[in-house]
Formats: sequence, C-alpha cells, structure tokens
Amino acid sequence: MARYLLGRCWQSAVLLLLVSFIGFGILHLAPGGPLSQFVLSSNLTQEDIDRLTRQLGLDQPFVVQYLDWLGRMLLGDWGRSYRDGVPVLLKIAAHIQPTFEIMSFSTVLAAVFGGAIGILGAIRRYSLLDTLSSVGAMIALSIPTFWFGLMMIYLFSIKLGWLPAGNRSTIGDGSLGDILHHMIAPVIVLALVETAVWAQFMRSSMLDALEQDYIRTARAKGVPARGVIWSHALRNALLPMITLLGLQFPTLLGGALVTETVFNWPGMGRLFLDSLEYRDYPVVMGILMLSAVMVLMGSLLADILYAAADPRIKMD
Amino acid sequence: MSDLSVSAPARDTRSMHWSSMLLHNRAALPGIVVIAVMTTLCFLGPALNPFNADHIDMRSRFMLPLTNDHLLGTDELGRDVLARLMAGGRISLTIGFVSMLISVVIGSVVGMIAGYRGGVVGAVLMRFVDAVMAFPTIFLVLALALLVKPGITATALLIAATSWMAVARLVEGQYRSLRNSEYAAAARTYGASDMRIMVAELLPNAMSAIVIVATLNVARAILLESYVSYLGYGIQPPAASWGNMLNNAQIYLTSAPWLAIVPGLAITLTVVSFNFAGEGLRDILEPRS
Repeated sequence: MARYLLGRCWQSAVLLLLVSFIGFGILHLAPGGPLSQFVLSSNLTQEDIDRLTRQLGLDQPFVVQYLDWLGRMLLGDWGRSYRDGVPVLLKIAAHIQPTFEIMSFSTVLAAVFGGAIGILGAIRRYSLLDTLSSVGAMIALSIPTFWFGLMMIYLFSIKLGWLPAGNRSTIGDGSLGDILHHMIAPVIVLALVETAVWAQFMRSSMLDALEQDYIRTARAKGVPARGVIWSHALRNALLPMITLLGLQFPTLLGGALVTETVFNWPGMGRLFLDSLEYRDYPVVMGILMLSAVMVLMGSLLADILYAAADPRIKMD
Repeated sequence: MSDLSVSAPARDTRSMHWSSMLLHNRAALPGIVVIAVMTTLCFLGPALNPFNADHIDMRSRFMLPLTNDHLLGTDELGRDVLARLMAGGRISLTIGFVSMLISVVIGSVVGMIAGYRGGVVGAVLMRFVDAVMAFPTIFLVLALALLVKPGITATALLIAATSWMAVARLVEGQYRSLRNSEYAAAARTYGASDMRIMVAELLPNAMSAIVIVATLNVARAILLESYVSYLGYGIQPPAASWGNMLNNAQIYLTSAPWLAIVPGLAITLTVVSFNFAGEGLRDILEPRS
C-alpha cells in the first residue's frame, strides 16, 4: 500500500513538473511574452523595455527563467492581474466557490441518476430501458452544453417562467433559497454529460461485477436474486466508480466554464473568459495552471481513495 | 466500456463481409446515412436555396421560419438562416475532418514511436501526453487561441493540438503489444528497418482501432468548434459556422428562438451521427469487446 501510494505521488509530481513546463512555454509564446502588457500599452520607449527585460530577468537563459518562474509559483506568487493589480491567486480564490458549488451539486445529481440508470440497464440488459438509456447517453454526450443551457433558459425561464435566466442571486435578495433557485438550471446543464458518463460506466461496471465467480458462488449457494444484485454485485460495482470522480474532473471543469458563461454564473470559468477578453495573461495562465493542478490532484486523490477502499489492489 | 446495447448484434456476424455488417449495424448505418445527408445538403444545398448566406436585408429581419420562402427564417441582419446553416455546416464539417486528420496523424506518429521504441523515449513521450491531457480541453484551447489570429485554419489547428493525445495513447498501447509479435520478429530477421516494420507490418493491425478513434474525433472536433466559436474565439463573423451562429442567439432567445434552436439541432444531430458511426464501427471492427 505504502509503495503504491509513494509511486503514485511521485508520478503526479513528475506530471506536475511537465505541466508547469508546458504552461511556461505557452506563456512565452504569447505576443511579447511576459512583457506583452508593456508592449501593448506602448507609451514606453525601446530603452524602457530593454531595462524591464533586464529587471525581470528576461535576458536570462530559458531554463533559468523557467526555474525562477517555477520557484515563484511554488511560493504562491502567481503574478498580478494586468487589469486591477490584484494578485492572481486572490482573484481566483474570490471566484472559486461558485464554481465548486455547481460542480459538487452536479456530481451528486449525476452520480445518483446516472448510477441508477446504469444499474437498471445492466440488470435488464438489452431491455427497452437499457436501449433507451444507451441511446440517451449517446445523445447527451453529443449535445453542446451551452446549447442545452440555452434551451433550458428558453423553456424554463422564458416560456414557463419557473427559473431565473442567469446570475447567482436576485439583486437585493441573495438568501440561501434564492441562490439555490438560481442554481437549479446550471446544475442540471452541467450534470447532463456527467449523468451520461456515470450511466455508461455504472452499466459496464455492474455487468463486469455480475460476471464474477463470487456472483455464481452466491447464486449457487442459494442467495436470492435480489440479494445477489443489491449486496454482492452492487458493492463491487460501485468501487471502480471512485476513479470516475477523478477521471471526469477535467470534463467537469470545462463544462463549468461553459455553463457559467451561459448562466452568467460568477465562477472561475467566467473569470477566465473575462480575462481572455482583456488579454489579462497572468490571470489566464493562473487559471490554466490551476485547472491542470486540480485535475492531477483529483486523479491522485481518486486513486488513493480507490486503493483504500479496494483491498485487492494494495500490492501493486 | 462502450458496449452499446443498441448495436448488440443479434445475429452471427463473423462470416459476413464488413460492408454487409455495416448495413446490418443498428448504430453505424443510421449514423453514416445522416452524415451523408448532412454533408450533401451543406455542400450541394446552396444550389437549391435561392438565398445567399451573407446577403444582409434589413427590411426582412427576424422573419419566422416558413415565411417568404425563408424555410428557417432570417436572423438579426435579415440573412437567410438556412443559407447560413449550410455555409456554417461546410466550415464546421471541414474543420471536423481537417482537425481529425491532423490529430490522428500526430497521435499515431507519437503513439507508434512511443509504443514501438518503448524504454526512455516511450516513457518521456507518454508522460508528455499525460501532461497535456491534464489541462481541461476548453481551457487549453482558449488559452492557445489568445496566441493566434482567429480563423478557419487556426481553429482547426487549435482543435487538433488538443485532440491527438487520446489517439497517441491508443496507438501506443497497440504498438506496445504488437512489437513483440511473431511477424514483427520475422520482419526483423529478414532485415526490415524499424520504419518499415512500424508502417508496413504493424500499421495494418492497428488500423481498425485508429479508424474508430478517428470517427469519434470528428464528433469531438465539431463539438469543440461549436464551443470555441460560441465563446467568440473560433470562426469570426461574417463567416458562418454552427458555433458562431449561436453567438448572438442568447440575446434574441425571447424574440427569435429559432436562431438558437436550428444550429444547435444541426450540431447535435451531426455529432450524434459521428458518435454512433464510431461505436458501430467498433462493434464491426473489434467484435470481441
């Protein structure tokens, strides 16, 4: 177990280093590189720019610059926003909660619904329900998330008037009930793709579990069908779903970006797009790096949880 | 994973030719038919539709579908929505195919080298693949979009740059198991070069897996194009794409909902078709799984 964990952590550290290298590379490809802010607001002379280049160490070799940048990142200095001079990390911190709100609610929704659909599909394999849910999952995976959001707004906000068309709260309200009311549509939109993936994974995980020897043993020793399915098979089928939490994290984050745009939800994705519009490179790069770091941490955490929950993979 | 019950073969297909298997596959056939119809309509449709996609007519803005010969109505500038849908489809489908081709070539080359060589080279290449995959696709595409001048070529390249990793992983796996096969060893004994073995001997065996992932990558590319263009960093107006047609649709959702409904349906239908075609091909080409 310890060896597995150590190996897995080491692997994540290497990936993190590579990720940082890619991030730094992208930053340097930006027009004007890290100096773009000054080059664009061009009331500086060439001499000023040369001086800045020396001051910021941009005349140093690439590797030195990279190590310097990496060191500052590790110490929490992610630069300041071009727009208002606020440190990037503070800016992100101010926007991360709304994003996590819709992400966590959607995950719960997707796990419950997708999981249930997947289990039923596996138990009644090739039934009408199974076929419909497989086709449904395929369609859900093919709908552009933002368009599904637009259709939700059209139906539930414009036609029926049941749900607000955007924002996190009504101006002057902002009570918990109000926020929850605003959250319904974005959470459903973000959950669509997740639900489909959960249904597909749950179905195949359940089918795998039902084919195991211990299921045959349980049936042979006279455990009733219901008991076989609900206690023997389901418990084992649920285990691999832990890794899905980690696997789906990138999709979920990307989906949150799009959902936040459609519903004007004040999260990290919104901040990312606003920063793109203003060419606010430090914030853009900060969010890009943070998203990759979160993805790596998410998958590491999921693997550790899985290892802790499943005694069979302790020795690897 | 994608043991899709809709396409569960009811008959024994082992003895059938692949083309007749295609005709009997309940996922692949409808997918391919819809793709063919959509493509034909987009590329030949303008001959049947009297309206020009870029013709602005301020007197006939926001016309409802089915009025004055405008089958799908007109948009905020009085342009014919059907004409724009077909023009946009040509761009979206082209980007889908071009990005798929680029991503499959890059992914295959990386995967072939990594899988066949193995060792340090393979490990470094595959860790690089993992690292790129750690970035959520949309974040990466948008950040890269800041660095280039937006346009059709740029959009296709951006999508390809963020879609080759899955291909590389797949091909690497194939080559890692194929490199020790008997016919690879046989080719080595008669002095074939690594290059020849990788391409002439092993590629045919990896081909069915590549064809499947290529089909699914077209779906992914069309979907990604719609995201990037919707967010304003892909195809730029006045050119139309299915994604950028939805750009302004949200503002007019109350007064002109068809501007949002029509392009979204086109994207969904096309992407679903490519996904079904891909899953159907998987049943046909890799029947064991």
